[in-house]
Amino acid sequence: MREVAIVGVSMIKFGRYADRDFAQLSAQAVLEALKDAGMEMKQIEALYSGNLYQTSGSGQRILQQVGQTGIPVVNVANACATGSTAFREAYFAVASGAYDVVMAVGSEQMGKQGLLGSRGDPATSLEGRVGSYLMPAVFGMAGMEHSRKYGTKQEHFALASVKNHWHSTMNPLAQYQKESPLDEVLNSRMIAYPNTLLMCCPTGDGAAAAILTTMEKARQFTTQPIKVAASVLTSDPYTDRDLTLPDINTLTRNAAKLAYEQAGVGPEDLDQVELHDCFATAELLHYENLGLCGEGEAAAHVASGVPWLGNKVPTKYEEDVAPFRDKTYQPKTKAVVNVSGGLLSKGHPLGATGVANIAEIVFHLRGQAGARQVEGSKVGLAHVIGLCSACTIHILQK
Amino acid sequence: MAEATATQGEIRPLVPHLTLGETRDQDYLNGSICKKCGTKYVGPRLFCGVCSSDGPFETVRLADTGSVYVWTIIHQATPYVQAPYIAAVVDLDGGGSVNTNIVGIEPKPENMRFGMRVKMFTEKVSEDKEGNSYIAYRFKPIEEGQ
Repeated sequence: MREVAIVGVSMIKFGRYADRDFAQLSAQAVLEALKDAGMEMKQIEALYSGNLYQTSGSGQRILQQVGQTGIPVVNVANACATGSTAFREAYFAVASGAYDVVMAVGSEQMGKQGLLGSRGDPATSLEGRVGSYLMPAVFGMAGMEHSRKYGTKQEHFALASVKNHWHSTMNPLAQYQKESPLDEVLNSRMIAYPNTLLMCCPTGDGAAAAILTTMEKARQFTTQPIKVAASVLTSDPYTDRDLTLPDINTLTRNAAKLAYEQAGVGPEDLDQVELHDCFATAELLHYENLGLCGEGEAAAHVASGVPWLGNKVPTKYEEDVAPFRDKTYQPKTKAVVNVSGGLLSKGHPLGATGVANIAEIVFHLRGQAGARQVEGSKVGLAHVIGLCSACTIHILQK
Repeated sequence: MAEATATQGEIRPLVPHLTLGETRDQDYLNGSICKKCGTKYVGPRLFCGVCSSDGPFETVRLADTGSVYVWTIIHQATPYVQAPYIAAVVDLDGGGSVNTNIVGIEPKPENMRFGMRVKMFTEKVSEDKEGNSYIAYRFKPIEEGQ
């Protein structure tokens, strides 16, 4: 396998684009990534396109916008891990020697459509009659499982929203750039206990792109090639309750173990992590799943200040966090988590998310992240999970 | 086919893991056990995702009592369902876990506890355009000392 580098990335500002279609959103991302790499479309040898709603032909429709060069196109759908799976296919295309320069694009146009719409005849729908199968319920219960094991409180989960919303004010590409103190998070409309509205990611539209080549060729295009040190994809192994309560933990743990082995780094080496905070509850579970803290320490970890930009709770939120701080807790890692604002504020246009996470890490490793720059970041991890169930982890190095 | 709409509809289970009896108090949850590896599934199965075989499967009756593993309170519900309501995963006595609504209790966090004992019952929850009725199962708390 050849060493693979990222030489161009882009992410358009996530939001609502009622006057454009997904291919136009993607086209903008493609052109920005090409510009970032100093390349032209004709240099791209294959395209890997991740889009969930546009189940067929998404990549071809993007090429119809920016250049029908006749290259092979692979369209990918893999739940919320769609974009990162497309990236992984692009990675393998270069690593294997099949192609030298390829592009991964992730895109989605969700509009204002919520995820609550009933499918099929409401008379025969299970939703709300035999429990709930929608994502707010799944991640509400996943959080409650953590509460059951460790006594985690709603406030602990809510601190992830306070943190990520604060981070988002420094990210001009985020869909929302609004701060929310703890009482505002807790007092916003309840969606599915313990997650309130401000503990759920929004729906939206967006696109992101990445250009990959061999490390050997990378220096032709950039002075700052970013190494893909690990690329891992897992699915969920069987557990006794998994047909009832999706297990979002085990497949992330399996992926993390493989990724750390591949990259030859441990969680203590990470400077930053973009993890899948589709709901505030999920962020805390993934601290433990990724080894950023020990078992049952997620609540103490978020309150410790470590995952916040600068590894410290800003003074204005000190009062919110202090009551939940465990003074006996000794953090063993230093990774800032979701400095982009996370899915909670950056937004989660499903197919775009996995590529956007990678772009965010690249911005930091190059020192281009502006006010939210993680100082001296050298190693970053991008994690995505989709139900039911796919998990990708990429570790990127300077 | 005007006659067809005039005839009385059928009574059907909303999910395949609910077996209907003559009357609602005879309804029960069904499961299947893979005879090759012993895995117990809720509902009918043709294939086993654990031992990668086609069974065969033994159909069994699952318990109508269990305990709440995890729960959430849904405030933002799909349009035809009244919110808030309690959605939960119940671990059945003797094996098998099911998604369900917990009813007979006000949907407030302070009313819920992990491990809460619950008992199943069934009721009609909907009717389609052809007049067929659909029966679902729910769980309600077992009063202390019962």
